[in-house]
Formats: sequence, C-alpha cells, structure tokens
Amino acid sequence: MTMIGLEIHCQLTNLNSKLFCSCKANYREFKINENICPVCMGLPGSLPRLNQEAVKKATMIAMALNCTIPEKIAFFRKNYFYPDSPKNFQITQLNIYGDTSVGGTGSVMIGDKKIRITRIQLEEDPGRLIYDGSSSKNQITLVDYNRAGTPLVEIVTEPDFETPHEVRDFLNILSNILTNLGVADPSLEGAMRADANISIEGGKKVEIKNIGSFHDLEKAVHFEIIRQDSLHSRNIEIIQETRHWDDRRKITVSSRSKEEDLDYRYFLEGDIPWVKIDPEIQKKLKTEMPESISSKKARYISKYNIPAQVADVLSSDKYYSDLFEDAYTESNAKEVANIITTELMGLVDTREKREVSKFTSVHLRDLADAIQSGKVSRNSSKNALHEILKSGKDLSTVISELDLGNVSDESELSRIIAQIISEEPQAVEQSKSNSQTINYLVGKVMQKTKGKADPVLTLDILKKQIGI
Amino acid sequence: MNLKISALDYVQEVKTGNISAEDFVANTIERIQNVDDKLHAFLSVNEDAINQARAIDKKIKSGEKVGDCFGMPISIKDNMCIKDSKTTCASKMLENFIAPYDATVIAKLKRQDAIFVGKVNMDEFAMGLTTEFSAYGPSKNPWNVEYVSGGSSGGSAVSVSALECVASLGSDTGGSVRNPASFCSAVGYKPTYGLISRYGLISYANSIEQIGPLTRTVKDTAFMLNLITGIDPNDDTTIDNKNEDYLSGIESGIEGKKIGIIKEMIGEGIDPAVLSATKDAIAKLEGLGATCEEISLDMVKYSVAAYYTITATEAGSNLARYDNLRYGYDFPLDGYEFNSYISKARRKFGPEVIRRMIIGGFVPSAGHSGKYFLKALKVKSKLTKEVNGAFKKFDFLISPTVPILPFKLGEKIDDPVSLFLVDINTVTANLTGKPAISIPFANSNGLPIGIQLMADSMHDKLLLQAAYALEQTVRLPEVPI
Repeated sequence: MTMIGLEIHCQLTNLNSKLFCSCKANYREFKINENICPVCMGLPGSLPRLNQEAVKKATMIAMALNCTIPEKIAFFRKNYFYPDSPKNFQITQLNIYGDTSVGGTGSVMIGDKKIRITRIQLEEDPGRLIYDGSSSKNQITLVDYNRAGTPLVEIVTEPDFETPHEVRDFLNILSNILTNLGVADPSLEGAMRADANISIEGGKKVEIKNIGSFHDLEKAVHFEIIRQDSLHSRNIEIIQETRHWDDRRKITVSSRSKEEDLDYRYFLEGDIPWVKIDPEIQKKLKTEMPESISSKKARYISKYNIPAQVADVLSSDKYYSDLFEDAYTESNAKEVANIITTELMGLVDTREKREVSKFTSVHLRDLADAIQSGKVSRNSSKNALHEILKSGKDLSTVISELDLGNVSDESELSRIIAQIISEEPQAVEQSKSNSQTINYLVGKVMQKTKGKADPVLTLDILKKQIGI
Repeated sequence: MNLKISALDYVQEVKTGNISAEDFVANTIERIQNVDDKLHAFLSVNEDAINQARAIDKKIKSGEKVGDCFGMPISIKDNMCIKDSKTTCASKMLENFIAPYDATVIAKLKRQDAIFVGKVNMDEFAMGLTTEFSAYGPSKNPWNVEYVSGGSSGGSAVSVSALECVASLGSDTGGSVRNPASFCSAVGYKPTYGLISRYGLISYANSIEQIGPLTRTVKDTAFMLNLITGIDPNDDTTIDNKNEDYLSGIESGIEGKKIGIIKEMIGEGIDPAVLSATKDAIAKLEGLGATCEEISLDMVKYSVAAYYTITATEAGSNLARYDNLRYGYDFPLDGYEFNSYISKARRKFGPEVIRRMIIGGFVPSAGHSGKYFLKALKVKSKLTKEVNGAFKKFDFLISPTVPILPFKLGEKIDDPVSLFLVDINTVTANLTGKPAISIPFANSNGLPIGIQLMADSMHDKLLLQAAYALEQTVRLPEVPI
C-alpha cells in the first residue's frame, strides 16, 4: 500500500509583523535586506519577543483542524548551522517532552476519508539564499534575510494519503480553511511549502524536501510514486533517503546529504516564557473565529434552500462566500448563489483576475434582483456581468448603455409576436395540439428581440394570441 | 578631588553645586589614565565623556530637568550594547563589533543622564571567574595586583573598587557579579531573574543570567535598581515590579528576621579566614535581632555540575551565531564549504569558550542528554524546590560569597575543574532565579572577603534591607591603590 505523509509549512501572511520582532511579515514588498532589525538578524544581545497575534492565529488553525489544544505552549531551539539562519538555531516547537505545540493530534475529512493530523507547530521562517554567478566555478551564494522570522505554521499529517489525488483534495481543503480563517493567503509565492514522506508496498520511506508550492506538491508525489514503482518493478531496492524537488525539471533528486544524521540538540527557548492557552482563552478564541466552512454550507442549505453541491462550492471559497454574504437578501439568496456558481466562477478563477475585477456585492445583489423581477433576462445578465467586471459601472448604467433591458412593454411585444405568428403558420397550428411547440415560438421571439423579451410575458401573449 | 564617593553622595554634591559633573568626570578619566595601566579594568574609554558631563552641567545651570544620575560616571561590562560603540565581549570574535542599538539598561541610564566612562574587562563571553580568559589580558586586583580580580565581571569590580567610576553594571550567570565584588571589596547584586531587562546583554546562558550593579554601598545598589529594573517590551522574561522603590525603607533593619546558614557552603575546602568572617557576620546579624540557624540544602553539592551542563548547552547555542557572516572580521571565504567555513571562522574564540562550546555540543546531544543535560535540569528543579522550601522557613540564606580568598594570577588558570569549584556558593541563586548580594565584610592580609545573602524571588527590597543592616556593622580599610 502506498503511504504518503505531509509536512506543510504555511506562512501567516496576513499578520502585520514577524514572529519575534516588529519587521513586516509581508517581506515581499522590500528590497533585499531592508526588512530586518537587530532581532531578526540575531545580532549580539538581541532577544525575541513573541508575537501574541501569531499564537492566536496558529491556535485558530489548530482548532479548525480539530486538534487538541494544550493549556500551555512552549518554544524550543533547533540547533543547526545554515547561512539563512541568522542565529544558527531556529525557534520552533516540539512535543517530545509532552504536548506543548499550538496543536496536538487532529483530523481533516476528505469526503469519507479521515486524514489524521500529527501536530501543528508555530516557528520562524529562515532567510532566503540567492545563488549567483554564471558557472559553478564562480558561483556565489547571497543571503536575503527579509524573510527571516516570518511566522510559519507547520502542519504535520500521519501517512494517511494513498494517492496524489487525495493529496490535492487535502491541499484544496486546507487552502480553503486557511483563507476562510483570514490567516494566510495561500496563493502568494512561497507562502505554502511542503515536504512529503512517501513509501510504496515493500519499500523504505523516502522524504521529499523543498517543494515550493501546493501545485508542485501533487506533482512531486506523483513523480515519486512512479519512480518508486519503476524501481520496484525492476527489483531495485528503494532505499531510505532524502530527496529534493527540482522545481525546474519537475523531478525529485537524491540530496546525498546526511541530513537525517543531524542532531538538533533541542532544548527549551528560555527567552520566551510559556504561553497559557487555558480553556477560558480557548473559548474566547473560538468566538473570534470566523464561521467555519462546514457551518456555512449547512446554513446555505437549510436556510436558503440552496442545493448541496452549490452550497459546497460557495462555502469553500472565501471570496465567493464573502460576496454571497454581502449580496443576498431573504428573497434572492438562491439567485445570488446561482449567479456566483454558474457565471462568476468562470470569470474570476485566479488571484489576478480577482484583483483587477471591479465587481462588488452591490452589483451581485442588483443583478439577482433584476433577473428575479424580469428586468433583465438570464441571457443578457451574462453580458452585463462581463461589462461590470471590466468597468465597474452600476447595473442600471450597464443595462441602458448596452441596451440589455428586457422588452417588457406589452404593446411592443404584442406587435413582434403577431409578426412571428404570421411568419410561422405551421408551428402555430402544431402548438394547438403539441404543447412543446410553443417553446419553439418563444425561441423565435427571443431571436427577434436578441434575447431581451421577458420570457413569462412572451409566453402569456403568445398563448393569448394563438388562443390556447 | 575625592573620588571615593558613593553614588548618592555624588548626586547630592552635583545637585547642590558643590562639584560639577565635568570636574568629577575629568578627574575620573585622569584616574583611569593613572591607574589602569596597572589594573587593566577598561577595554575602551569614552573619549567624549567630559563633553557629555559639560552638557549636563549646562542643563543643571539653565534649570532644565536633569536625570537622576546628574552625569555620574558609570562603567559598563563589555557584553552590553551601547549604540555606535564597540562591544567586544572581551573576545577577538567581536573585536570590531559596533553595536547598532542600545541595551535597555543603557537606554534607561542615558535617560537619567548617566555617563558611560568606558567598557570594562571580563572573561571572554563571561565564561570564567578571574578575567584571565579575556582575549585582551586579565584585570588585576586593586588590593594586590598580583591577585585575580575575580570574574567574569572583573573589570566592573576593579573599576568601582579602584575609584575609576562611581558604579558599574556587570552580568551574573553563576556569580559573575558577586564573585569579583567579593574579591575586590565592592557590593555586587544579582537580582531576581527577570527584574532587569537582558535586551542588549550578549547572551551566555540566557535562562539564568541577569545584569546586576556593582557599587560602593548597598544604598547605591538600591539607587541603581530604581533606575534599571522593570518590565521591558523587548524582553519577554522581564517581570513587573510595580515601580518598586528599593531605597525607601532600606534602613528598616532585620530585627526578628530568620536567617538560614547553608551548611554545604561553609564545608569542605573553605578558607579558615573566610569561615571566621562568616561566623562573625552571623554573630553581627544576631546582634541586630535576627535569628540564625543552619540548614542543609542537599542539592547544592550537584549544583556546580548542573550549572556547567546547563550553561554549556545554552552557550553552545547562543554563540552559534558568531559565524562571521553578518558581522565580524575580515576573512576570506573562498573555497570553503559552509561547515568547514564555520569551523575556520570560529577559530577566533579563546580556549575557555571553545571548551564550553564543545561540552555544549555534547551534553544535550541525542544519546547523551539523558545522562547530562536532562539530569542537570532535574537538579535545577530539585534545587529550586529545596530552596523554595528553605524560604518557607527563613527570610534569608547566608554564606560566604566565595569559599576561598582571592588567589594569584595564573594560579588556577590551568586547572579548570578547581576554578569551577569557586562557583559553589554563587550558582544556586542563578539556578533558582533568586536574588543574591555580596557585601564587602572583611579583609584578610589585605585581601577582601564578601558575605552573600540570598532571598526569595521578588524579595529584592527585603534583601537590600538586610544587606544594608550588615553593611553598617563593617569598617574596612582603604583600597591601597
């Protein structure tokens, strides 16, 4: 049986400051080595001061993943030398002397399958190495410490995944949970990174490190399973090793380093006192947490009678559920959900598109109301939506500028219908015996009015004029 | 000009206009120039000190608000950062390190118009108890320059004792303030853990060390504590002392107080002169109305071993950052793989630092930590329990600060294990986080002896009252330099 376990590193990108100093958590906007201070540079004499907001947010993640929450958390030093680590140790968490990390065991459901969470820990991100130089002979390594000290949450799972597909489903669910909590933006470059442990039937465990995005994680797992299967089929032993994901070539490469032999000499970080997260504080945190995805879904189904599948899609993505929450009224909820899932999703499916889109919840509400009242046809509403995304103009302006309004003037419509009846004597005759044929005539009217005829009114007048 | 003046007297004299800050600081600098060739307390002297003093005099004359120090010249152990000045930790590794920021204690003292006359000598990275491990040579004991000053804050103790400043800040990881204070006849204070911010103090063993003042009198120590204690947003381990005034009520006396005499600290190996001074101190305290009784603290016999295990572990981690990548000295990096680069870059560490870092790499390592590091933590926690128990019964615990007299330079430097045992009476306060003070008490053949009092956590104010009471019973000779 294939067994896959994940270690996911997720930056808390929505925090203001780093984990132990007041430099920005969002280091991406800075020039190299300009988002640094004595603390995150580990200068002699500097001390870490714990960002309590980070503890809060990390605990919320642990709660959202159904983890046990210890009453007191502690930080440990992981000692190792690497140029991107300014202190040559990383402040992280550890559970070997009892559960003291932000989250203990938990679980996430992928459909009917339970993925167990081993633990969740809060730690600091190191700096970033930049390799420069044209050939390996004159290659130099530069270090950018802007990222050093960024709050990072590590989520470790049990080896419960069996396929890359399950991994992808899990990552989607996790991304949605993190976004819904408002703690991180998983789409930011480098905000989500992962290691994976993979073993196939009869083989040793292989660890893949350095996978830079969720997208690549699925690919890396897929590649590694094929690699191991291929070795196995040729009776070549699968050795226990650490491999790196080469994200240029999209393959895993043996790291040949003895990383597993490193002794990190973990011990308690004395500069950071234990943090109490007792039941009282936990209760308070729970009230501060945004509504969970599953609770939103249940509410959409029971309260607004939205089909389960639509509710699922709507609740999972914070962007859409926020739009929904802001736009819906008691009477238009279903229509709003419908517009989002059938029209909008295809148009704003990437971060970039969402950023340039001028579409707001007010547009959404107006559009749903207009469709429901027959002011605009479903067909025309698509054109209106395109225009709004581009220009951001309000719906009534768009309708009049593009002439999208329904022909709901009865005399105008009666005139057009009379014309159709005279042009289509055969169909008129048939419609008297076959009720389906009337739809053909409605279609003709729509054609003539470029889809702007109010369908209900059209049907009414047609029936009246034909006499059925 | 009389430089042998307490901090409180200095402030009074300048306030009333009897002396000017400029005159006093200029005389202090002159004194440093005259005696420091012999004593080597200073690693660097503040060239701008006299100008700074003049500026303070101007403030006084113009009636501007002046900070509580009134230009008082203070020396600072060279492991605390003063912005834009060299902070070497008496190491070649940081020979050219210019601190880009002020330690919290420095910022606080600056606001009170203190003048830092210079940075003073210490054992490299505060590892040692004689300053003989300073990369820049040892400080000499002003009572007899053939003798060690004690350490690691030796430069602080020498500069206070030899009138090269009015007060000093040292740091105490296992006795590093109290030990040289005892050897040089100064008051040395190790506060409750967390009372003084460590932000800007270069870490050696961060879980147990504290900055502490070295002064001429107990009242001066209380005065200094008033200026530098309290919660610091830059140090999460600081504790709220509610702006305690350590000077008020300092003369309350110790009548009715109970004092425990720690048996393990006056036992085997103690110098007879030290023992008799201790007995004398006990008699004097009883004379002031305290009751004294022996107590056995069983864990004390393991305390030094635990202390060295814990400090080595933390030092190994705290000093790992000195890889010469972000600051340091000129060093060609060509052709080195990172690990071999590190080992080469770190060759500037001195022998004691290297010794402790090697130990620090071993005792917490997988497969050995159970036998060493974790066991040391167990001793620490048992010792703390024991000491907490003692403070249920006693207000204070008493012992000599160091069981032996100052020894000659070079006498013990090649025998690290016998040096370690000099710490036996001081490490307990660090391992348990309790406040402790060394009070100059006696003199044996021209060599000072200090008495140590310890109190329960956050009883710093009470401790100073007891220390003051004992101090009042003492008359000591003038320093012979």
